Amino acid sequence: MIEANSLTKYFDDFLAVDRVTFSVPQGNVLVLLGKNGAGKTTTVRMLTSILRPSSGSAWVAGYDVVKQADQVRASVGVLTEHHGLYGRMNAEEYLVFFGNLYGLRRQDALRRAAPLLELFGLAEAARKRLGEYSKGMRQKLALARALLHDPPVLLLDEPTSAMDPESARTVRDAINRLRGQGRTILLCTHNLAEGEELADQVAIIQAGKILIHGELESVRRSLLGPPEFEVRLAQPVNGLVPSLPAGVELRERGDRWLRFQVDRPDLVNPALLRALLDQQMEVVSLQEVPRSLERAFLEAVRNTGAEVQHV
Amino acid sequence: MFDALRPAWVIVRREVRDQFRDWRIIFPIIGLTLVFPFIMNWTAQQMLDFTREYGATIIADRMVPFLLMVVGFFPISVSLVIALESFVGEKERGSIEPLLNTPLKDWQLYLGKLVSSTVPPLVSSYLGMLVYLSGLMIKHIELPGAEVMVQIFLLTTVQAVMMVSGAVVVSTQATSVRAANLLSSFIVIPVAFLIQWEALVMFWGNQGTLWWVVAGVLVLTVLLVRVGLAHFHREELLGREIDVLKLRWAWGNFSKAFNGGARNVWDWYRNVLPATLRRLALPCAFVALMAGAGLLIGTTLVRDYPFLIDGGKLKDAGTSLKKLLDVWPLFRVESVTMIWWQNLRVLILGMVIGVFSFGVLGVLPLIATMSVTGYLVGVLTNSGLSLALLAALLLPHGLFEIPAAILATAAVLEAGAILATPTPTRTISEVLLATLADWAKVMVGIVIPVLLLAAFVEAWVTPRIALWAFGG
Repeated sequence: MIEANSLTKYFDDFLAVDRVTFSVPQGNVLVLLGKNGAGKTTTVRMLTSILRPSSGSAWVAGYDVVKQADQVRASVGVLTEHHGLYGRMNAEEYLVFFGNLYGLRRQDALRRAAPLLELFGLAEAARKRLGEYSKGMRQKLALARALLHDPPVLLLDEPTSAMDPESARTVRDAINRLRGQGRTILLCTHNLAEGEELADQVAIIQAGKILIHGELESVRRSLLGPPEFEVRLAQPVNGLVPSLPAGVELRERGDRWLRFQVDRPDLVNPALLRALLDQQMEVVSLQEVPRSLERAFLEAVRNTGAEVQHV
Repeated sequence: MFDALRPAWVIVRREVRDQFRDWRIIFPIIGLTLVFPFIMNWTAQQMLDFTREYGATIIADRMVPFLLMVVGFFPISVSLVIALESFVGEKERGSIEPLLNTPLKDWQLYLGKLVSSTVPPLVSSYLGMLVYLSGLMIKHIELPGAEVMVQIFLLTTVQAVMMVSGAVVVSTQATSVRAANLLSSFIVIPVAFLIQWEALVMFWGNQGTLWWVVAGVLVLTVLLVRVGLAHFHREELLGREIDVLKLRWAWGNFSKAFNGGARNVWDWYRNVLPATLRRLALPCAFVALMAGAGLLIGTTLVRDYPFLIDGGKLKDAGTSLKKLLDVWPLFRVESVTMIWWQNLRVLILGMVIGVFSFGVLGVLPLIATMSVTGYLVGVLTNSGLSLALLAALLLPHGLFEIPAAILATAAVLEAGAILATPTPTRTISEVLLATLADWAKVMVGIVIPVLLLAAFVEAWVTPRIALWAFGG
């Protein structure tokens, strides 16, 4: 549904996006992570046919972003970084205006707007001047605008950045629902927990270049190594290092705990438990250590010189 | 067709509704529509009463249509503010990007904004003029002639569109309303001059000239709309940082275009300059035609403004030439540099006014010079001077000067045409720098050296040939 192939963008001599390549199948969410100025917005603008790529190509919803710009724009819903609402309009007028631009009649636009306003908790404020809206309300209305024409592809830039936790949850639930409906979503965010929750795929971009791209678990594994486990023991080991079966790489240890990585936990973990018991070490618990996307992201941006990885 | 215009209409509706919700736009428009015309009525009455006392009624007669023009102009000056707010304000607030993400075509957005910025002030202007004319009728003051009224209505309309389309061009170079307001002096100052000039023509009472003004402003407006359309595209609206004066970048772009990748001067003359000259072939042909037309117009003007030179004076021409040779002795450089600089500055002036008029006014110096030449030729031949003698006076240096002037003017015309042509991958600044580089190439590579050669010929050779032809 979204295909970017060596997308490159120069502004004069400045290389803003450097041979960005990724593919997002229908019904998937790709989370694009990157610091400010990394090239996320420029990439999105090329995918919405606002900016013309200096080289490379991209297809969105089956349309070429250069040759079929009108069809691309009709097929995507975009939540931009700046929501740019018109302060002297109300929500209904605003959505009808954009509905008209997408070729909807006033009645159709109103019919579509009503459930969206309801979904985002704006129904009661539908006749209020947008200038009086809070930041979060503006963001929700901008999201409603992006969904108004029922686009198969959504490009969302920081969809929950200004929202309170409850509104952010509503939006995340909405994104999950939209994915369930088969929409393809590209999500740019700095909220790594949100990215982790929503992502089918992750791409980390730095200085215009994709550092790593792949499914969330593959990216984690590629950046942080095999899964990490922690064993808690009933008695202190008193400085003794237990002998561990092959395939276990000990990372850290304390008086009553060991932390290790294994490539094949399904095979190695039972053997490890047996080995510990054989060595008279009673196990209280064995659990996987959660590794956040944040850790993976920081690991990725630390190695900026590394080759692009598609995992 | 109507389907294609519908999105533009959606924009117009929203923008106009938005304007009518903003008291900062409503109040001045109401004031200028309903209050200002009465002040002008009162002014007209006072002027009439005052001038009648001294029998200078002609001044008051001319004052009445002039005040009509003023009443019409004030509301349309608001259109400039609306346009800057509409185009740049949206950029500044970030509300333009959601619009650019819709299937709107660039021209539909442009048209929508152009119409919405022009029509409300224009309607207010028409209403103001009607109120003013009604006031005149109530006060039993004679209305201006129908022709003048039509001209003023047309001028008001065209000027409104011109200012808004100028604002669009300005807007492409600004990302904040503040920056756009600063740049708008490029519109306000020329329009102020234009209004003064129109006022002068109106007081002169020359309706024919006023029609030429209408036509000239119309041509400029069409060009501005075309330039606005050419540069009003998504890439230019969002893609670049344009508020910073990047002299190094500008110089880099200019010198890159000027050098054209040449390895040395020889390579530049062999490959870069000829490529530019090939591009100038059509403008050259056009300018040559215009120059010929100028010459022809000059000779025909002799019929309308006949002028005979005393035959005796012509006989003394040989003596005058001899005196000239005393002032301009052979190998004296001052005369050469004087002629060279005179010709060069006319071409530079052509370039300057050409840049501000998209090439159109850049042709004027050449046409004017050729017309004067044509007129002189006509006067001298009518006075009995033979064509052969005239050729001896003009051709030796003219053979160099005229082609050089045609080439330089063609480069200005080409620059204007390129500025008004859509360039999706380049900004207006990049286009301007490239066209300036083209003009500089032609000037440095050919025109300046040829003009120098022509100046040598004019100072040292032509007078001697002429003297020989006069039998000196």
